[in-house]
Amino acid sequence: MEPIIKVFFNFIPALADLPNWLAVTLIGVVLAVGTFLYIAVFTLFGVWLERKISAHMQDRLGPMEVGGWHGWAQTIADTIKLLIKEDIVPEKSDRFLYKFAPYVVFTAVMAAFAVIPWSKKFIPANLNVGLLYIISISSLGVIGILMGGWASNNKWSLYGAMRSAAQMVSYEIPVSLSLISVILITGTLDMQEIVYRQSGTLFSWNIFHYFPFAFLAFIIYFIASLAEANRTPFDLPEAESELVAGFHTEYSGMRWAFFMLSEYANMFVVSAISAVVFFGGWQAPFGFLNFIPGPIWFLGKALILVFVQMWIRWTLPRLRVDQLMYTAWKVLTPFSFALVLFIAFWKVL
Amino acid sequence: MNAREIHDQIKEKFPEAILEFNDTVQQPYLKIAPQPFYNVCQFLRDDADLDFDYLMCLSGVDYGDLLGTVYHFYSMKHTHKIILKVEVPRENPAIPSICDLWRTADWHEREVYDLFGIVFLNHPDLRRLLLPEDWEGYPLRKDYVTPEFFKGIPVLHSEMKSETNEQK
Amino acid sequence: MNKSNLPPSRFELEVPNKLKTEEMTLSMGPQHPSTHGVLQIILKTDGEIIDSADPRIGYLHRCFEKHAENVTWHQVIPYTDRLDYIASMNNNLGYVIGLERMMKLEVNERAEHLRVIVAELNRIASHLIALGTYGLDIGAFTPFLYTFRDRERILDLFEEICGARLLYNYIWVGGVAYDALPGWRDKVLQFCDYFLPKIKEYNDLLTFNKIFIDRTANVGVIPAELAINYGMSGPGLRGSGVPYDLRKIDPYSIYDRFEFDICTGRGEMGTVGDCWDRYWVRVAEMYESVKIIRQACEAMPDGDAKETVPRNIKVPAGEYYMHTESPRGELGYYIISDGGKTANRIKVRSPAYSNLSILSSIAPGVMIADLVAIIGSLDIVLGEIDR
Repeated sequence: MEPIIKVFFNFIPALADLPNWLAVTLIGVVLAVGTFLYIAVFTLFGVWLERKISAHMQDRLGPMEVGGWHGWAQTIADTIKLLIKEDIVPEKSDRFLYKFAPYVVFTAVMAAFAVIPWSKKFIPANLNVGLLYIISISSLGVIGILMGGWASNNKWSLYGAMRSAAQMVSYEIPVSLSLISVILITGTLDMQEIVYRQSGTLFSWNIFHYFPFAFLAFIIYFIASLAEANRTPFDLPEAESELVAGFHTEYSGMRWAFFMLSEYANMFVVSAISAVVFFGGWQAPFGFLNFIPGPIWFLGKALILVFVQMWIRWTLPRLRVDQLMYTAWKVLTPFSFALVLFIAFWKVL
Repeated sequence: MNAREIHDQIKEKFPEAILEFNDTVQQPYLKIAPQPFYNVCQFLRDDADLDFDYLMCLSGVDYGDLLGTVYHFYSMKHTHKIILKVEVPRENPAIPSICDLWRTADWHEREVYDLFGIVFLNHPDLRRLLLPEDWEGYPLRKDYVTPEFFKGIPVLHSEMKSETNEQK
Repeated sequence: MNKSNLPPSRFELEVPNKLKTEEMTLSMGPQHPSTHGVLQIILKTDGEIIDSADPRIGYLHRCFEKHAENVTWHQVIPYTDRLDYIASMNNNLGYVIGLERMMKLEVNERAEHLRVIVAELNRIASHLIALGTYGLDIGAFTPFLYTFRDRERILDLFEEICGARLLYNYIWVGGVAYDALPGWRDKVLQFCDYFLPKIKEYNDLLTFNKIFIDRTANVGVIPAELAINYGMSGPGLRGSGVPYDLRKIDPYSIYDRFEFDICTGRGEMGTVGDCWDRYWVRVAEMYESVKIIRQACEAMPDGDAKETVPRNIKVPAGEYYMHTESPRGELGYYIISDGGKTANRIKVRSPAYSNLSILSSIAPGVMIADLVAIIGSLDIVLGEIDR
């Protein structure tokens, strides 16, 4: 039985009396709603954080009015605005696909949350192929983006969608390979197991324990995941100075908000994977810090990586399509292949 | 090379082309007949001593009874300048295009065509540039009357309308 | 120079014989984030590659030349502000000097110095916008706000001297509208001290960024012959290595007294005449402008700078082509007077107009992202192109 179900049963003993299928379904619904709420709250916070970070990097203050303290309610106000905004569906669009696309993108990202270990006990689905699951499920998002770009019947959107497809297909490879090199080190695909293998101090975390190799793998993973999450310098699918808004040019209101949600959720997912795979997941860096609960460590690590993503976004210009492909196929892929090969040899010896 | 010398050079090559030469004004100019104009320009550009490779400005002018274009040339190498003028009658004005010699002239000639209605012969793409393609009339001509409506859209503001009517 | 070396013009371009997919016609603009205003470009694209680009202008046509024929000589000055609305001082200057030369007017020394100072400050302000928006075109948002932060200081200086922040109407025939307040000169010098280290900041953040160089070097290369043939001027022409700066070549006002260099592109990061060179010329020119401002501030005499000419001037009959170096290049006013209170004809030769016309010649074969980089490096202002 999944450990998470035991947690629920311990917490609400009445659940154990229900028929098993009903209990599991109920718990599933609760977890899904919980994840959705978490994504929503994280996005609200993430957008606010990004605004503040970018503002302070750019000699300005960012939102300061709404809600009083440093404009904390700005993004809530924005969300309300988005919710009550007219939902425009272009007349010549493919209506079904157009409406469906945001949810596909969002579902793909949200599904990845299923195997993220928040603490010793809290992992929604403790799959023994967790990492494989993440690698495969996160590539689903591109289908939604292609759908949205195609269905909008707008040339800019089409460009955005095509770029996005090319980009995600290319960057999937370095992402997978860099994760594979860690799988070779740890010898498991189980997310929780990967975390357990890193117990101890800071120096037993993969990134430091296997210093040069895991570190290189992390760099490759981080760069490639920026591209996976469509963040600058790889934000070509929505390059606003070239493609107006890329694949979501025609979207407005809540459907647009869903793209936004998935972008931020994706940022979090890729950071969470880094945190689990390279930075010891929910483990404290030193034993005496164990009194701080695991989820806080996990969240802290992931948020630091999210911050780094924002930092990069507000510093670097954007690559061109061919340069993007060059980076993927001629730099990152060969390097990650070499890395996998090297680690494999090293492991065998 | 000053304007007088440039004039002499052109005079030697094209004795008939120069209608007027004036170097008593601040910026001396040559008035060229429309027919040999293209050849004169080609000579100005290709002659090693003249070598006018830069067309600074091309303006259309309404002289009242005549329309004309004024060309300001500059030579990067010799750093000398010359002004050429071509005048044509108001009815069916046509001037040879020089846009294959200086591509600056491409858009400038289109603009002059747009605003003055001077046709540039042999211009490969003589369309209106600044105004809508279906605009009627040539606004920079002195006798242009602003229409009240363009395709049903009021052109003049109601306050302006009374003013223009008084002027007319 | 052999003219037959020129690349084909837009009428002669041949589509290379290649495996053709279906062409897509794409209307870039008039509402597009990086056309710098209401410029429309009709693109024919083959995937990401552009086959042809046809700029359509005129969306911002405000009949400047027709207006100028119907108002008095002085009333034209505010209209010139609105041509190149981010370098209004330079626009004023060209028109006013043209009139003064026709009227054979002497301007007092203090006014001349003030004119040079404000014109150069405005050149810096304009180049700052060019730099910032270029970063924006390439995808870097932060440099844009850095440059606007420093431009703000220049605007504050302008506000202090003439009350306006964008459209100044400051340089009048015979002098300037208002004399500088005591202490203004020191503030300008303080600004110069503040500003020079900031240029390094832009360079660190943007100019020498690897991605930025990859995006701009060897992109949109304009050979010198082509640039001259298309009548390019300003940083666009100097980026191609042609030292054509009217402040040196045909000095006006008192520019002949100051020491400064003509900055040209040298192809440091790629080929001479690429986007990076045009960008770099602007950066380098800001240093030169600071040099000029410092010299002018040192040399500025005391006295009264206000114009002494009556408001209703009459310009003697005649014609004059006055060209000055605006931040975008050769800004020409061809003024024809018949001796009356209004102009008979004022033609504006706007630099960005000629600079933009080269686009259809260099765009084929580049990618959409490169087209954005090229438009940005030409630094167009639609107010001036459409007039």
